[in-house]
Amino acid sequence: MTATRDKFGRPIVVVTGMGVVTSLGIGKSDNWAKLTAGESGIRTITRFPIDGLKTSMAGTIDFLPVETASSTDLSERLADLVTEEAIAQSAIGTTADFPGPLFLAVAPVEIEWPQRLELGRDAGKAEYDYDDLLRVSGGGKYVGYHRRFLFGSVADYLAEKYGTKGSPISLSTACASGATAIQLGVEAIRRGETDAALCVGTDGSVNPEALIRFSLLSALSMRNDSPHTAVRPFAKNRDGFVMAEGAGALVLESYEAATARGAKILGVVAGCGELADSFHRTRSSPDGKPIIGCVRNALSDAGIVPGQIDYINAHGTGTPENDKMEYLGIASVFGDQTGSIPVSSNKSMVGHTLSAAGAVEAVFSLLTLEHQRIPPTINYDVPDPAIPFDVVPNKARDARVTAVMSNSFGFGGQNASLILTREPI
Amino acid sequence: MTETKSSNPGSAEVWITGIGLATSLGEGLDANWDALNQRRINVDESGFAPYVVHPWAPVNFDTQIPKKGDQRQMEAWQRIGTYAAGLALDSAGVKGNKEILGRMDMIVAAGGGERDLAVDTGILQAEAKGNSAPGFLNERLMNDLRPTLFLAQLSNLLAGNIAIVHGVTGSSRTFMGEEAAGVNAARIALTRIAAGQSDIALIGGSQNSERKDMLVLYEFDDFNLKDKFEPVWARSPKTGFALGSAGVFLVIESRTHAEARGAKPYARLTNVVADQSRRKSPGEVTATLETLWSKLGKLNDNGAIITGATGAQPVTSEELAFLRHHPDFAVRAIGTAFGHTMEAQFPLGLALAAISVSRGALYSPNDPTALEVEMSKPPTQIVVIGAGHWRGEGMALVEAVK
Repeated sequence: MTATRDKFGRPIVVVTGMGVVTSLGIGKSDNWAKLTAGESGIRTITRFPIDGLKTSMAGTIDFLPVETASSTDLSERLADLVTEEAIAQSAIGTTADFPGPLFLAVAPVEIEWPQRLELGRDAGKAEYDYDDLLRVSGGGKYVGYHRRFLFGSVADYLAEKYGTKGSPISLSTACASGATAIQLGVEAIRRGETDAALCVGTDGSVNPEALIRFSLLSALSMRNDSPHTAVRPFAKNRDGFVMAEGAGALVLESYEAATARGAKILGVVAGCGELADSFHRTRSSPDGKPIIGCVRNALSDAGIVPGQIDYINAHGTGTPENDKMEYLGIASVFGDQTGSIPVSSNKSMVGHTLSAAGAVEAVFSLLTLEHQRIPPTINYDVPDPAIPFDVVPNKARDARVTAVMSNSFGFGGQNASLILTREPI
Repeated sequence: MTETKSSNPGSAEVWITGIGLATSLGEGLDANWDALNQRRINVDESGFAPYVVHPWAPVNFDTQIPKKGDQRQMEAWQRIGTYAAGLALDSAGVKGNKEILGRMDMIVAAGGGERDLAVDTGILQAEAKGNSAPGFLNERLMNDLRPTLFLAQLSNLLAGNIAIVHGVTGSSRTFMGEEAAGVNAARIALTRIAAGQSDIALIGGSQNSERKDMLVLYEFDDFNLKDKFEPVWARSPKTGFALGSAGVFLVIESRTHAEARGAKPYARLTNVVADQSRRKSPGEVTATLETLWSKLGKLNDNGAIITGATGAQPVTSEELAFLRHHPDFAVRAIGTAFGHTMEAQFPLGLALAAISVSRGALYSPNDPTALEVEMSKPPTQIVVIGAGHWRGEGMALVEAVK
């Protein structure tokens, strides 16, 4: 009989279903084909006027045949698509009856400008203030906006549609959210609370204010004249990240439950690590200690040593700061092996899917394990001598990959790393 | 903190060893306790009229957030929360203890931060006057938004500020989703500690009720209590909640961890359970609460219930039906004294339960309908209930440490 517990005696957690949507397309096959072909999903924004913006491109998802009136609508639609794909692949449960809890990484929610302007017009005068908006808000005309703009609204929709069990958890750890959702699922299965968990990350927040907020923090690339080549992770001429939309979903199960029902096992979540940074709201501690600690925690949680990692799916946003600090963190842990481990950034192609990134990149990491092929870091034509990674420049590479580390770091000192393997270790 | 290597789930006893309260009734356990026993309520019926709110009782922020620069980087909800988190760490005796804070897990239940109402209003007025050329919104937002406002609004930046100001860095997770976020923060932190995945955690949340942008959200379905304050159980025919300001944080840890460092418990956090009924037909919330009740563990007769009942309908009536099935439990509704503190409401219930257990008394009832009655004997078990105004049901059992 196969062992169903890891070397620490905990239930082994496997992945039996995955779904993904990014600016490259819908579903795993389309995304994988384009990702390994080195295509970029970044384009000039057409969803709203770009006049006056310092950054006018994004990895938007404009190819869905539905109108969405807010970022939260789009986040929900994307989460729905990937959940459907993941559950269909895993063939778990029955329709609308997923046998476990939902952990959803989702962007913070608020009323947006279209709704605010609608209230303003409803107030019906030229000089008005928030009291006037408040006055028109009640009376039942806008009940739908209460449902829509609750922070729990996307999770509520998914929980009902897919019949997940218990109280769904909506979470934000900024750009590490997707990884945290997976970590929560892993922990629940290891505790023996459930045999399965649905972990989803989604982000549809390319709207004017969200873009401008990042722009005002000088975080975004301004290479607007050439969107496809704007994101340049680890390159010397990198100048920021590009916002993008997307979602990723994973069905996690205990190895025991998955094998008992004869499910196809797509990979193993062998370890999760996290560590918060108290240095600054947007910058990492200059000594790299929180990132180093996070990476070490993930390795130790998986019970493996750095030499067992054959590929690092980097956070790799393409901001001057992130890429430098990620190199420092990885080099400190991996030492002499650093230059010989392939490290690539999916964000060079799909952009930064923010709350979804950890889930999207976990799916891509598992596809890397499945296809034994590493997606490239594109737009890498001017190496940064301070970051001597093997970034798998510009072209995908076939390689033997048994264990992947996927990193996610975010504003507010958020750091999370996952270790994904092909087989139980 | 990463997972420890336990494969022995659910065995460790978990204590509440620190409580930080900064509410509309004041700062600290004594101020809140005294106000409750004196039936004192801090409510503002005029400042946001017709909406009723419970305003925050001002504090000297410098005592918990010493750097003015840090204070300036936050909006009110973050300052309130960061302040209360500091009080909780003080109360647990771990403030400044780098070794413990460096591995302390944190789960914050958060909404989002304040908008800049002047910027919003300026844009809306300009639009009303016909300035709606393409790019108009972009231009105004580019020029008018303060760059740091984004960080003061981001949900996970309350946790981020607590890490920066107080050094809590073992892990940082932010749960969203209104009332249920507070329930789940406690539930996940408890189950992780009980299973040996964590030793000590800081949990809680905060809310600033003096926010017109947030009143708008709840006004969409007429949830805001209007015109005149009434205690939660007496809100008829006008129903709804009065938003309440509060920062509430608790330190919880395994008994072993607490004893090893000589920490004294306020109470034991025995269990937290949660569900989310669809609320499509009458009675679903009542039934869900009964189910949760049956999962709490052994309940002795003549206990007490502290509920976060909001005053919103129909959920408050459904909860009332549940309470009437358990008439031998003395009931207290937090909402009467504190208003509805949303994400912080369940942590507030846990805090009040722990204080009551540790002081050997349930605080005074405050209810003209007489649902709430005096409790003469010291409570050894208190059930905390959190039924969200729209979604989410949760329950906890807080007990005296044996």
